[in-house]
Amino acid sequence: MEMRSHLGRVRGLGSSNQGIQRWWMQRLTGVALVPLCLWFVFSVVGLAGADLATVTDWVGRHFNPVLLILFIFCIFHHGQLGLQEVIEDYVHAESVKVTSLILVKFGAVLLGASSAFAVIRLTFGG
Amino acid sequence: MANSKANSSRPLSPHLQVYRPQITSILSITHRMTGIALTGGAVLFCYWITSATYGAETFASAQAVMGSWFGQLVLWGMVFSLFFHLGNGVRHLGWDVGWGYELDKLRISGWLTIIFAVAMTVLTLVIAYSAAGGG
Repeated sequence: MEMRSHLGRVRGLGSSNQGIQRWWMQRLTGVALVPLCLWFVFSVVGLAGADLATVTDWVGRHFNPVLLILFIFCIFHHGQLGLQEVIEDYVHAESVKVTSLILVKFGAVLLGASSAFAVIRLTFGG
Repeated sequence: MANSKANSSRPLSPHLQVYRPQITSILSITHRMTGIALTGGAVLFCYWITSATYGAETFASAQAVMGSWFGQLVLWGMVFSLFFHLGNGVRHLGWDVGWGYELDKLRISGWLTIIFAVAMTVLTLVIAYSAAGGG
């Protein structure tokens, strides 16, 4: 029977391998964003100054809504991970750090969900 | 670390400003700055796509904001930031798999990133304005 405390047992074992998740998701979304961004930029360039009907038509066409929603998920996920890294590196006052982290996370989810919902509405018309 | 007061009298090691700027350090901080700028671009994208759900007039005004000289300036900044961050991001992925840590390779991949970002921005510019001029 193990007589050591929980803390004594885990001390010196290093991390519980949870930290890698953030690093991995940053790379994964980064890799996905390479083709997605190229597709997005070269598609949207043609929509400069276009009217609503043209843009709505582009959003809903073929595979575009799927790519747009994947693009939205990746940019906001990748973006909030990056901002989190910057905040953790440069903001040392605990209260400011936690507040800005919460704002970044909530903001990313809010803007990401709004953008994705806009794509769905434009696709199905409403 | 949380209690910075206790450590405030301890000497600090020389920080960033004592080093001569080099391509490696310049690109590293530019990666962060373009990343931060691009989150602003994501906000701008959200404004653009959601405004389309508010009807033709609201969307036309959003398009006018983007098409103004200031809007275009910001968008071109975004395009450059995107291609720089993309290129340098791929460079980072190379390091993740253990490639390109030698000093000469760091410099070559650094310059390639800059060339890539500038060339792709110019290419996008050409496509954008030739499309606008043609139609």
